[in-house]
Amino acid sequence: MNDPFRLWSYLAQEPLLWLTVTLAAYVIADWTSDRLGRHPVANPVLIAILIIAAVLGVSDTRFETYFEGAQFVHFMLGPATVAMAVPLHANLGRVKRVLAPMAVALVAGSLTAILSALGIAYALGLRGEALVSLAPKSATAPVALGVSEAIGGEPTLTAVLVILTGITGAIVATPLLNALRIKDWRARGFAVGLAAHGIGTAHAFRVNSTAGAFSGIGMGLNALLTAFLAPLVVTLLL
Amino acid sequence: MIRNIAILLAFQLLGETLARGAGLSVPGPVIGLGALFLTLLAVPGLAARMRDTADGLLAHLSLLFVPAGVGVTAHLALFAESGLVLAAAVIGSTVLAILVAVGAFVLTARLTGAQGDE
Repeated sequence: MNDPFRLWSYLAQEPLLWLTVTLAAYVIADWTSDRLGRHPVANPVLIAILIIAAVLGVSDTRFETYFEGAQFVHFMLGPATVAMAVPLHANLGRVKRVLAPMAVALVAGSLTAILSALGIAYALGLRGEALVSLAPKSATAPVALGVSEAIGGEPTLTAVLVILTGITGAIVATPLLNALRIKDWRARGFAVGLAAHGIGTAHAFRVNSTAGAFSGIGMGLNALLTAFLAPLVVTLLL
Repeated sequence: MIRNIAILLAFQLLGETLARGAGLSVPGPVIGLGALFLTLLAVPGLAARMRDTADGLLAHLSLLFVPAGVGVTAHLALFAESGLVLAAAVIGSTVLAILVAVGAFVLTARLTGAQGDE
């Protein structure tokens, strides 16, 4: 193994290398995001993706090879989705008090997210797999990826769209809702979590703890509803 | 902790089995989520025992979608061609969803008298 090229060709084929790169990139990205005051644009997922994409580009590695190692991280999305039942159950008491407003906002908001994304993209000429991949983009990533795969979208494209949606929500929510003079933190948080999932929820927690809690509920409920609505909408309309 | 992970995996397996078996377009883990939620309603003690594991897993949720996100490198041609359309759809629909959801929440709260923060 004195030949560095032989060493590289060995390592590049093993899961260990790309698993390590994934975790290391995330640690660097998280540190960078922290140093930048957790600004919504400095999203750790986005930074980690850019780092890894650069490494893959420089080392001329195919995505499939990378994913052989990274799939161990990817796999945990499934159990993490199931685990969302626990915080949803813990928030049950707060949900009961505003059941009607939440139910109406959930259905209206979830439908708006799916239909407007498809509508805007269709009107601008987008068709096929890329269009379908947009449908579940407001749901939290593990659910959105599963839905995308189930309805004939491209899960890796949906993953990027989900992240961009979260960043958009985290950036626009506060100025938008302040301009409209919405003062109910429950409504503000719920809407942000519904539209912009975990990234929006992390932002909501920094603004107000009630908004954060309701954002988490909005995210969880919209994950469930999108799993039913997105396939339905795509089947009926496309 | 191992027991909690076993429970999560068992519910995911149940969900995947139901989803594939019945040919549903709802992802298996989402069915597992629903089934675990119903189980927690029936067995409230289980929720307290699972909290630490669930919180630990969800605290690092963003790490978990890095590998799929790196898949964008396989779609650079699409982003070069349709990046503006995708951006318009993402930004437009996110703003609209926030506006509609917050409007619906505030109006319904007003109508049902569930106003006032806690």
